[in-house]
Amino acid sequence: MDKAVNSPTSLAPATQEPMLLKTNIVGFNTIVIREFSRIIRIWGQTIVPPAITATLYFVIFGSLIGRRIGDMGGYTYIQYIAPGLIMMSVITNSYGNVVSSFFGAKFGKHIEELLVSPLPGWLIVGGYMMGGIMRGLIVGGVVTIITLLFTHMKIYNVGVVISAVLLSSIVFSLAGMINAVFAKNFDQISFIPTFVLTPLTYLGGVFYTITLLPQWAQHISYANPILYMVNAFRYGFLGVSDVNVGLAYSIMIGAAVVLYVSCVWLLHRGVGTRE
Amino acid sequence: MQALTFQQLTKTYKNGVQALKGIDLAVEEGDFFALLGPNGAGKTTAIGIVTSLVNKTGGKVHVFGHDIDTQLAAAKSCIGLVPQEINFNQFETVTTILLNQAGFYGIPRQVASKRLEKYLTALQLWEKRNAVSRTLSGGMKRRLMIARALMHEPRLLILDEPTAGVDIEVRRTMWTFMRDINEAGTTIILTTHYLEEAENLCRHVAIIDKGRIIENDRMSRVLRKLQTEVFVFNLRNPIAAPPVLPGYAVSMPDDHSLEIEVSKDQSLNDIFSQLSASGVDVLSMRNKTNRLEELFMRLVNQKEGQAAHG
Repeated sequence: MDKAVNSPTSLAPATQEPMLLKTNIVGFNTIVIREFSRIIRIWGQTIVPPAITATLYFVIFGSLIGRRIGDMGGYTYIQYIAPGLIMMSVITNSYGNVVSSFFGAKFGKHIEELLVSPLPGWLIVGGYMMGGIMRGLIVGGVVTIITLLFTHMKIYNVGVVISAVLLSSIVFSLAGMINAVFAKNFDQISFIPTFVLTPLTYLGGVFYTITLLPQWAQHISYANPILYMVNAFRYGFLGVSDVNVGLAYSIMIGAAVVLYVSCVWLLHRGVGTRE
Repeated sequence: MQALTFQQLTKTYKNGVQALKGIDLAVEEGDFFALLGPNGAGKTTAIGIVTSLVNKTGGKVHVFGHDIDTQLAAAKSCIGLVPQEINFNQFETVTTILLNQAGFYGIPRQVASKRLEKYLTALQLWEKRNAVSRTLSGGMKRRLMIARALMHEPRLLILDEPTAGVDIEVRRTMWTFMRDINEAGTTIILTTHYLEEAENLCRHVAIIDKGRIIENDRMSRVLRKLQTEVFVFNLRNPIAAPPVLPGYAVSMPDDHSLEIEVSKDQSLNDIFSQLSASGVDVLSMRNKTNRLEELFMRLVNQKEGQAAHG
């Protein structure tokens, strides 16, 4: 082996007080770049499946069945479900990215690289959250392009579109992280998406307006947080919503804050990551 | 300055196991320190607490004066860890793993690229820089973990079984590398089951057993505590029976070798004289077991005996 060339005088970060801000910026960028590289490296798992699923939805529900359903909320059925389908892919992929990436790091033990580093927990949570947002937006963008192949889409309020998709992505990225923190095996990272997230998404007004439901079912639907996200997003495109958009924002912002604080606290306590 | 100190460090796991029962330890800056103990003694728990992978139950830990309770980020910046188990992302390339590691410590990409070349070259991994890490051999993976731990050029390098499962040739080259790093100023704490490794490399040793430190001294002083050693003499010609050497216990494992127990106050010169007088021609001589290993076994067994009778 070659003679080591380590010299005590070159040990800049250790011999000086840590430059925390610089460390944090470089560290955050490193996590974000690593997450982005992962999304691109396994594009066959991260981007292609939701694109195919969205295409099938548009072909079956939009073009074939949708023509027979007629208008909904004053728009053609395919136009009505388009925002919901985009939001569904954003939610699923934001959640899926963080839950699989963080649990994979736990399972492969390379989460220890981050845990032993000087990076604070709030920044590690932020980095993984950014990964979820990136995948949500990339997939959302792909599904939007597919949507435009099937129908014309207008935008009622671009600010609402952007903020609703960002907040939803943040909420579900953080929810995915909490799932990954508690998961002990791969079954437990597919349990919540299969038995909680998918039913809530399908019952969250993606394919219908809840005004079609009986009164009792409408009341139950109001307990579903995804209903607010889908409707806020739809409002941004079409200007119609089943819920109060202000209330939808309150719920999204509230959920984002509560989940972020919870993630940081769990990481600080070492739940699921330290003994 | 002290690189690492433990004060009454305790750890009790949720299942009630007391892994550390109030240990005190000090490692001086620049030292090459061996932390030894049988499996389950508490070594990895202690390292886990220093590197914040394990939450302590009680006590204090300082790394270069930084209290891990109040100055955790500063303490972590000083530490490089080579863990016992392979814990890098097996789907990433060697280069990506090292650049990411540097990034987690705030090292800019330009600086990291230079260090990457320096350490991969020194550890003979430069040719593998673009290889996906899971394709590396066991020895290469171990060296990659050392390179990774050095990317932020830590003042304290903790090596937890760094040569486990590595062939003897690679192990010896890794020893040379570790010595060089230590000579350049990096404090090293080594845990290993190869006691020959600890004896060769380390200047101080602490032996931990059942959560308590049972020995902590300079390596040379610890080795001097060994009251008797058994030497194996390889003979040039076969002999029919062991020679009688007054004052020495002699056994003959086969017709070409003798094992002689020698206490601290006896002399090897005397043995050679007596063997010559008996017409035994000695070809070579060696310790039957590694000296530290012998002492380690005696200390651990002695403590177990005391516990059984106490």
